[in-house]
Amino acid sequence: MACFLVPTGEAIVTTILTKAFKSKEKAELTPVSDEIHEAVSSKIPFSKKLSWLNNMLWGGSALLAFEHIWHGEVVPWFPFLTAMESPEEATAMLHEMSTVGVSMAVLVTAVWGIMVMTSDIIMKGKEMDVEGEEL
Amino acid sequence: MTLLITVFAACITTVLWYKNASDDSMKLGFLALMYWGASLMWMCDAIFEYKELGAEFFTPETADMINDSFLGLSVVALGMVIWLVQLIVKDPKGIVRKSISKKM
Repeated sequence: MACFLVPTGEAIVTTILTKAFKSKEKAELTPVSDEIHEAVSSKIPFSKKLSWLNNMLWGGSALLAFEHIWHGEVVPWFPFLTAMESPEEATAMLHEMSTVGVSMAVLVTAVWGIMVMTSDIIMKGKEMDVEGEEL
Repeated sequence: MTLLITVFAACITTVLWYKNASDDSMKLGFLALMYWGASLMWMCDAIFEYKELGAEFFTPETADMINDSFLGLSVVALGMVIWLVQLIVKDPKGIVRKSISKKM
């Protein structure tokens, strides 16, 4: 009915967070020396990791919105959601958003969390390899 | 069927991204993440539907299957259009900019 609105809401929040982190990282990433610059650039910035979540949430929401248009659940005129036309359907829609919609957002975020953890482990392994070579 | 087609699209795009990982100029990672995002969301939807319908979920009507297949293919096409627009707007290789400046 309108389950995609929950991940869309999350996508708006994460996009704002990404912009904030990006400007914070830019301010912090003024290289003092080549050595520091090298150490900093070997890590994946958090804003880059957040952009993975953004892409999954925005992309998924856009494709799901298309599915809702296909099924006639989203229309180009007010109130845009056909479920809003009767109170019973609106209640069912809110129930679906709180169950299916929230589960979608949680699942995508959980998968992103696993991606971030995996990339951190890989980067740590790479760092240890470089340190081992230096010794 | 929509979920299945999107998962296939996500897998193929991920393999292509992996193969060309050293050259990210085609921004295939964006397309792969978009398909994975949609696949995860539809998987969630499928789990809830399975909880409601039980084994009936795996035996859809032929008409529903055809409609879902059309939807799946349309979703893949829409994803590719979004990716193409993003690629042309960001223009990582500068090809669009070059061709426009040549015409001027």
